[in-house]
This record gives sequence, structure tokens and C-alpha cells, in this order.
Amino acid sequence: MIPIEHILLLSALLFIIGVLGVMLRRNVIVIFMSIELMLNAVNLSFVTFARSLDSMTGVVFIFFIIVVAAAEAVVGLSIILSIFRTRKTLNIDEFNILKW
Amino acid sequence: MSQIWLVPAFPLLGFILNGFFGKRFGTHFVTFVGPLAVGMAFAQSLVLFFQMLEAEGNVLNEHLYTWIASGNFEAGINFTVDQLSGLYLLIITGVGFLIHVYSVGYMKGESGYYRFFAYLNLFVFFMLLLVLGDSFLLMFVGWEGVGLCSYLLIGYYFEKDSAAEAAKKAFLFNRVGDFGVLSAVLLIFLSFGSIEFATVNAEAATRLEFGGPLVTAITLLLFLGATGKSAQIPLFVWLPDAMEGPTPVSALIHAATMVTAGLYMVARLSHLFVLAPFTMNVIAVVGATTAILAATIAITQTDIKRVLAYSTVSQLGYMFIAMGVGAFGAGVFHVMTHAFFKALLFLGSGSVILAIHHEQDMRKMGALKNKLPITYVTMLLGTLAISGIPFFSGFFSKDEILWKAFSSSFGSPWLWFVGFLTAGMTAFYMFRMIYLTFHGDSRVDSHVAKHVRESPLSITLPLVILAALAVIGGFFGVPHVFHVIPNGIEVYFHDFFAEIPAGHGNVSTEWTLMILSVIFALFSWFMASRLYHSGFEIASGLRSKWEWAYQLSLNKWYVDELYNSLIIQPGRLLSTHLLWGLFDQNVIDRAVNTTGAVARSVGNTIRPFQNGLIQNYALIFTIGTFLILWYMT
Repeated sequence: MIPIEHILLLSALLFIIGVLGVMLRRNVIVIFMSIELMLNAVNLSFVTFARSLDSMTGVVFIFFIIVVAAAEAVVGLSIILSIFRTRKTLNIDEFNILKW
Repeated sequence: MSQIWLVPAFPLLGFILNGFFGKRFGTHFVTFVGPLAVGMAFAQSLVLFFQMLEAEGNVLNEHLYTWIASGNFEAGINFTVDQLSGLYLLIITGVGFLIHVYSVGYMKGESGYYRFFAYLNLFVFFMLLLVLGDSFLLMFVGWEGVGLCSYLLIGYYFEKDSAAEAAKKAFLFNRVGDFGVLSAVLLIFLSFGSIEFATVNAEAATRLEFGGPLVTAITLLLFLGATGKSAQIPLFVWLPDAMEGPTPVSALIHAATMVTAGLYMVARLSHLFVLAPFTMNVIAVVGATTAILAATIAITQTDIKRVLAYSTVSQLGYMFIAMGVGAFGAGVFHVMTHAFFKALLFLGSGSVILAIHHEQDMRKMGALKNKLPITYVTMLLGTLAISGIPFFSGFFSKDEILWKAFSSSFGSPWLWFVGFLTAGMTAFYMFRMIYLTFHGDSRVDSHVAKHVRESPLSITLPLVILAALAVIGGFFGVPHVFHVIPNGIEVYFHDFFAEIPAGHGNVSTEWTLMILSVIFALFSWFMASRLYHSGFEIASGLRSKWEWAYQLSLNKWYVDELYNSLIIQPGRLLSTHLLWGLFDQNVIDRAVNTTGAVARSVGNTIRPFQNGLIQNYALIFTIGTFLILWYMT
């Protein structure tokens, strides 16, 4: 049995990779993938706690998160697609017109 | 039950019907409703008049409902018919009815036909409210209402700049007067605790000190209001400009009814006014000055309606002389006869104007007497009446005023002399108008001249009726010296007005003065006929000799220019430099601008945070999250 600390550490590591990916990468698709990574890092910690506490609540949460993530992926990808159609780029620094 | 409320109710109903439905139901409906409403009011006024004569103390009172009740102050919608308002009722509704009938012919085919009758009805309603109200409050409602209707009707041709300007001018000049009335009403309420005429008149002598500063202030302020409505110096300049309105309006409002509202107020409060001898003198002097000033202006005017307008101002001055010397009955008598002959003269001039296609300039008239026989004869009768030719109505009323101006204890020979001069000038300019309009050679445009014909029955009938009244109206008040019939006006107003100390003078003086003024009037007639029987040629020689006097009179003594440079221009300078330049721009505008500038500078400071770089937001978001987590653990 793997100790719970290891799994949680892995989850935190994945989450931080996701955060750094969102903050540092320029490609929108990669940023999007980083967001998914963060969600799955959270899923990992949920399932870890569910197993260690022997409770189904955490598992239920995971299903919610996966469904929401799927919906979010649909909306997010279509937004990215339509932005690409007009701007011909995926560099996030170019998407800066929504300001004063 | 006397049903006084019916009198104003009919014109109000007429206004509602004409104003709201007149356009939809068409001209026949308006023609029917407009005059009928005033005619019904006249019928009811007649009934009330005779009931009032029968009633105890010659007063009918009616309480409709309590309008305002606050503490010990109570103002109701109460109507009173007494000797004064009874006579006014008959003048307003009677002359008003004739003018409504006349308007049917005169305004035919005008685009705002229904609007015109709606305004006329509304005017009659407010005027009736003014004279029927038993308190200052109700009178003031009517007072303002007639001002409003006057504004609407002067500006009837509102697409014309001059008409719109004249309407504004009338309204503003009346405002100045209204300020006086309101202040006076406040002072009266403070000193009497009531604003009912009956209370004020009854308690004036006990509550106010004779000739004291308070009563003088109240009466002077009231008189300021009267000068506004009744077109006296210093507020008379609006009336001649008011001739921009249609001619029936000039006849109804600016000759027969509204302009006598100021006189009505003075007469109504005679018991208050006699307590202030100073005010009485002011009234008499202002009246006399106005009378002669307006008469000198009327002599050179070439617009037929302006001659009549200045003549109205002048005659109103006469009435104020009467008020000022305490001859309230004589003043009201002249109001009545003047309503007859001045309405007649205005309507006659309207008939002339209509016949020659809306031309008002007497330089383009002449030789119309054969083409407009009825108009000519009736206007001639009106002219004889206003000129004070014996046994026409104006003779009796004017002579009564002149005699009182001479003999009353408030009077003086000087007042008489000014009135006497004015009477002669009146005869002169009125006959000048008659000769220029109806006699001599025709100066009418040739293609217009072919179509000139007498006006329809709806116009000539009121002329004939008014002419009859102008001729016989004076027998209501034949002076004592004739010893034929008793002086009806004195019997009628018995005990109504305040008594003043008995005057001096005897019968032979009265005869002398009367004969003098008759001779002067006849002489003026003769002069006018010599100078103007064939147009302007003879007079123009005289004019070149007296060019400065001619210019002074033609330009109305430059009163408008004087007001312009004394009041309007300084007011404008004050506004542009002090009120606008200094206060508006530096205080108000600056306060508003500073508020905006603060918001903008705060925005400018925070703005860089929103730079549109999503990763920047994400960084700040993350840092924030960590901060919160750090704080919570």
C-alpha cells in the first residue's frame, strides 16, 4: 500500500505544474491542458482521501468534476477555435483587447 | 338657491368640449358650443343679477367646498355676487357673448378655429372666477388664469415671431404685477388673519392705522398688480404689443374685460384703499400720467389697432383717476361704458381689417364708408361715445370722472386739467382714425379694393348691438346737474364703496367744466376733420414743423428703448458677467467638473492593472489564493 503522503505529494506536484503551465506557457491549447491537469490533480487528492477515509463522498465529487471538466472543455475549445478563426494565432499575449 | 357656480361652469364646459373634442367634431360643433357656453353664462348672470338686486344687502353668497383648511386659516371655493361683481358679470358674459358670436365670422377658415374658441371659453371662465371669488386666493387663481389665456391668445399666431414675442412680453409684465399682488396678499393675511374680501373691507378701518406705513405698503403693492393687469405706467407697454392677437381677442381681453381686473381689485377693496391717502394720490397721478402719455402716442400711430390699444391704455388711466380720487362708482361706470364702445371699436376695426384682407395700416385705407356702411356707422357711434360728445355713453362717464377729479377731496384742478387735455386728444385721434379709415380717397390696393364688401351678419350683428349699448349705456348714470333722472350708478352702488370726505364745488362750476370739455372735444373733432379729411397730406406739413415731437410720439416716448437700456441690458450684463461668468462657471461648473476629474484620476491610477494579459490576471489570482491560504492557516 502506497502511503497517502506520497500520493498527495504527487497531486500537489501535478497541481503546481498545472499552475505554472497556465502562468508561463503562451500557447492557449497548452494552457488549456494545464487547467485540465489541475482538475485531475484535485481528482487525485479526492480519490486518495476517499480511499483512506473509506467514504464514497470524495468519489461522487470526482464524477462531478469530470462532467464539469468535459463541459468546460467543449466550451473552452470552441472559444479557442473561434478566436483562432479571427485572430489567426494561439498566442495568449495577442488576446489582450479586453481592457480599458 | 342661487346656483352661482353655473356661471363659470358653462364656459369651463365649453373649454373642455372645444379643447378636447373640437378638432374631432369639426367647426360646426365648435361654432355651436363656443358662443352657447358664454350665452348660457350670460342668461344665468342676468338671473343672478336680478336675484342680487332683490336679495337682502344686495349680496348672494355660495359655498361650494372647502379648498384649504389649515389651522385657523380656511380658504373655500366661495362665490359672491354683489353690486360690483354683478355688474362685472353682465359685462363679461354679455360683451363676451357678442364677441364670441363675432369670432364665428372673423375666425372663419382659420386652422386653429377650435383652439381659438377653447381659449376664449377658458378666458371667460377665469375672468368669472376672478370677479366671483370672495377671497384673494380665488381671485388670484382667476387673475393668473386670465394672464395665461391672454398669453395663449396673443400668441395665437405663434408661428409669427412678433406674436410669440408679444405674448412673452405680456406674460412677463404681468408677472411683475403679480409679485405685487402676492406680497400684498401675504401682508393682508398677516395683519387680518383672513383673506376674504368681506372681512378685509369690514375690519380695515379698525385693524389698520389710517395712513400708516402698513396699509400704504399693502395698497401700493396691490396697485402695482393693478398696473400690470390694467396696463398703467410703468407696466403698460405690453398692451399695445398685445394687438398681435386676433382682433376679437383685443376686443374681449385687451379692452373690455381682463384689463379692467386691476380696477376691479381697487374697487373691491375701496375700504382698504381709502385708508391710504398717499396711495390714492399715487393712483390718481399714475392714472393721469398714463392717460395723457398714451393719448399723445395714439395721435401718430398708423396701425388702426394700435391707435385703439393706446386709446385703451389712456381710458384705463381715466378709470384710475376716478379710483384715485375716491370716485369708485364713476370709475366702474366708465369700465362699463368703455367695455361697450371699446369692444365696438375693436370689433369694427376687425371688420375693416377683414374686409381689406388683413391690412391694419391706415395708410392703406380710406374711403371705405360706402363699402362698409354698417361698420362705418357703428364705429362712428363708438367714436362719438369715446370722444365724449354729449348724450353718448362716454360723455356721461367721462364727465363724471372729470368732475370728481376736480371736486373730490382727493382731487385737484390739475388732475382735471390733465383729464380735460386727454379728453380733447382722445376726440382728435379717434376722429383722425375715422377720417383716415372711412373718408377721403381710397389708398387700398387696387386689386383688394374690388373685393371689399360688408362683413357677414355674425360680425355686423354684434356691432349693431354694441353700438346701441354705446349710445344708450350712459343713461345709467346721468349726473345730478341734469335733474332729469336720478343718477342710476349712485343708486345702484348705494353704500357699497367706502365713503370719502365730501368734496367742494357747486353746480355752476360743474356746468362750466362740462361745457368746456364738450367744446374742446368738438374743437378736436373739427381739427381732425380739417387735417385728415383727405389723407395724410395736410398733416404731413404740420409734421415736418414738429418733427421731434412727431418722432417722440411715433416711437412711443421711447419707453421700450428706455426699459431695454435700463432693465434688460443691465440684466443681461449682470447675467453674463456675474451670474454666468462668475458664479455659474466658477462655482457650479467647477464643482461638477471637479467631481468628474477626481473619478477620472482614480480610474487612471487603477487602470494599468487591467492590461488584458490573461496570464497576468492568473498570476495575481494565484498570489491572492496563496495569500488567503497563508492567512487562514
